[in-house]
Amino acid sequence: MLRLTPGDPAAILAGDAASSEQIAAIRASLGLDRSLPVQFAIWLGNLLQGELGQSYFYKMQVTTLIGQRIEPTLALATLTILIAVVVSIPLGVIAAWRFGGWFDRALMGFSVIGFSVPVFVLAYILIWIVSLKLGWFPVQGYRRIADGFFPFLHHLILPAITLSVIYIALIARVTRASVLEALGEDYIRTARAKGLPEMRVLVRHALANAAVPIATVIGIGIAILIGGVVVTESVYAIPGLGRLTVDAVLARDFPTVQGVILFFSFVYVFVNLLIDLSYVFLDPRIRY
Amino acid sequence: MMLGNWSVRIGGAALLLMALVSMAAPWLGTVDPSLFDAASRDLRPGESGEILTLEGETLKHTFRMGSDSFGRDIYSRVLYGTRVSLAVGVGAAALALAFGIVLGLCAGYLRWLDGPLMRVMDGLMAIPAILLAIALVALWRAGIGTVVAAIAITEIPRVTRLVRALVLSIREEPYVEAAVSLGTPTAKIMFGHILPNCIAPLLVQGTYIVAFAILVEAILSFLGVGLPPDIPTWGNIMAEGRVQFVAYPHNVFFPGIFLAVTVLAVNMLGDGLRDTLDPKMAKRV
Repeated sequence: MLRLTPGDPAAILAGDAASSEQIAAIRASLGLDRSLPVQFAIWLGNLLQGELGQSYFYKMQVTTLIGQRIEPTLALATLTILIAVVVSIPLGVIAAWRFGGWFDRALMGFSVIGFSVPVFVLAYILIWIVSLKLGWFPVQGYRRIADGFFPFLHHLILPAITLSVIYIALIARVTRASVLEALGEDYIRTARAKGLPEMRVLVRHALANAAVPIATVIGIGIAILIGGVVVTESVYAIPGLGRLTVDAVLARDFPTVQGVILFFSFVYVFVNLLIDLSYVFLDPRIRY
Repeated sequence: MMLGNWSVRIGGAALLLMALVSMAAPWLGTVDPSLFDAASRDLRPGESGEILTLEGETLKHTFRMGSDSFGRDIYSRVLYGTRVSLAVGVGAAALALAFGIVLGLCAGYLRWLDGPLMRVMDGLMAIPAILLAIALVALWRAGIGTVVAAIAITEIPRVTRLVRALVLSIREEPYVEAAVSLGTPTAKIMFGHILPNCIAPLLVQGTYIVAFAILVEAILSFLGVGLPPDIPTWGNIMAEGRVQFVAYPHNVFFPGIFLAVTVLAVNMLGDGLRDTLDPKMAKRV
């Protein structure tokens, strides 16, 4: 699909000084002189063998390329989800518990703002305050986990906080709504009537029954997260898959773009499948 | 009824203000946003300098939001950028709604189309929206039309699903049954009887798409894959300003503030409309 683009990858690779014969030679070596259906058939055939083709720009297999770039992205996404879940679920539960109170209204206000402030604007605000004014974190860059855990975390925490805001807004909203619904049920009244501590009522009775929608929204949020990863990695200069996507689009490196998008889509669908399967544990009434 | 809601009032007023600002941009003390002057590079907000017009004259100009590394006026660029953002937002929403409505009505009412159509939509939805938009923009020559189309395509599956779900419940209503029994043409039932009853949720959804489209346009331009750099958009201004963010943060912050406020206003409008038009939904989320 991407090959209908106006930019010619052979021309970009050859550089400004190349003659038309050189460009034609590069085009032939990349297989670009063949018709689109043939190119697609070759790509599909390779895909079935687990190959995503050869990157034009990086001169290596796209699968290898993805393998090299996956660590920062995986680390960033994991830390983001971790922060988001740990922060948003308690917030949502408290808001539902004190429904209509100041905390609830503040959280709902925050969540609208969280949805609206673009991730790169937020990134620059945080860099300005936390990195430049306070000097707590480095402005940009990435350290591999192999270089030591503390520098790794130190470089990653600000991007992860940036990325988690919209996710927190989303999960907190749904947590609040579904806990609120659960709190209206008869078993909550029963639990309170038999004198259980409020904490236990909220966590064991209300939250446990609200778990399925919360899990669902965490899965849906992965799509937002992937979009955010692309932007965040670009702002913080993290050499992950998001950066790779943008660089590949700008270089018209089609196999890489196709490969990365296919990979992201696969992850998105796969995570949502896992979440569907987790319903069995979250709600014993659900069976497949 | 709608104006009684504070969310609608604030969001609507802010949005109206933005629209007025974008239309009145030439009279708000701006210069042509593409003008630059090497003598006025990297000015701080509020500083005065000179700017060279296309006719070769030098104008005295106050750079209310400072200038960028080419000596262009950020204030003018941000104000003119409002036009692009609003146009892209509204355009993409209109396009996504138009296609989504037709496809959703077909999928919901013409049963034989449902399966194949919805599988295609599922396939599109499996690709995270921003990635799909990036891929589509890379596919075409970047311009306002292609950016609008790319954003609309990522939203069409969601509109289609919404319309289809609404149609599936509305088609069971007695008045549809009555129309069928009178021999009303199928097209007239779909567009004359069913569609008018889908308007309220579509209005709410449309508002959210505007917000999303403005965001995605800014992201695309910021990443350098969106509109060409000669069109001033908030994303472009930030992309150009980010290089010297540490020294001159205003190049990033002013367009960022405009962007955030606009998206916030649209989202508030959407929330307010949802609360007034669909009280059942309002109680839940």
